[in-house]
Amino acid sequence: MTDIQLEGTPKTPTVHFDGGSGLLQLRGRSIPENSIEFYKPLIEWIDQYARSPKATTQLRVQLEYFNTSSSKCILDLFKKLEQLRNAGNDVQVLWHYEVDDEDMLEAGEDYQAIINLPFTMIQVEEVDEN
Amino acid sequence: MIERIFDLYDDLEKQRFMVAFKGGMSPELISALLDLVEQRLMASEPDPRIRKRVFNVVMECLQNLYHHRHSAAPKDLDAQTEERQGVVLIAHEQAGYSILTGNSMAQDQVSDLKSRLDRVNGCAPEQLHELYKSTLSNGTFTKTGGGGLGLIDIARKSGQKLEYGFVPMDENSTFFSLNVNIASRIEPK
Repeated sequence: MTDIQLEGTPKTPTVHFDGGSGLLQLRGRSIPENSIEFYKPLIEWIDQYARSPKATTQLRVQLEYFNTSSSKCILDLFKKLEQLRNAGNDVQVLWHYEVDDEDMLEAGEDYQAIINLPFTMIQVEEVDEN
Repeated sequence: MIERIFDLYDDLEKQRFMVAFKGGMSPELISALLDLVEQRLMASEPDPRIRKRVFNVVMECLQNLYHHRHSAAPKDLDAQTEERQGVVLIAHEQAGYSILTGNSMAQDQVSDLKSRLDRVNGCAPEQLHELYKSTLSNGTFTKTGGGGLGLIDIARKSGQKLEYGFVPMDENSTFFSLNVNIASRIEPK
């Protein structure tokens, strides 16, 4: 399957979904007006990936900002990974937040409370925007 | 007309407005305004947490203007010329930031919006957090994608009650205004 490689913009995150390694990365800002349109291909990619996944799948989320329009889409992404895990696969989520950004940490904890996936919270100096 | 420019300038200056804009909203314009707000905040606000909260609230408010506009234009006007008109004012005073936005909306949607505002304002911080989680997880999407999370998120980032007003414009339209305050100091939880 084809990997997803999207460069970040001021309103959309850098996306690297690598089917070969099982490493899925979301980094930067997710504040588009139309989040459903942006996330649809990412969610469909996971559907396809789930047919022959790697032994371990890791989603690394490093967001500086996300809007409420993105928050439901990100939840949908997690739900796809939850299905993958329920099918017996190893799936991990690494949730990064900037030092002192307790709002972003709490946002990660909220997802953790809703979704049955192992989350690791990682504090970073600054979210790498590249 | 010419004196009014000074009056307007004087008014904006006295009220410590760092950004004032009135006009049609587009994704490009929202990007430009957010960029401007971010630059101003880098200069005016030492606390990165406050900067993020102000930026978040401004973003949600601008996107609300973009998604929930209603043209107050006369019916004989071509629909193509309708613009997503809105007004935004951001003030910075010692006590904190005020993000004021306004737009016209359909009269028949006022009671629904008002009840959602009152519901949010009726919640203590912990209840607001629970409302956020239950709204996030209930699985329904609104057509703009947020599923009704916008006002809840704005209220959480603000930490204060949302101030709002409705002014009838004609039989079909009402002008909705929202004032979101963010204190300059974060109280420890």
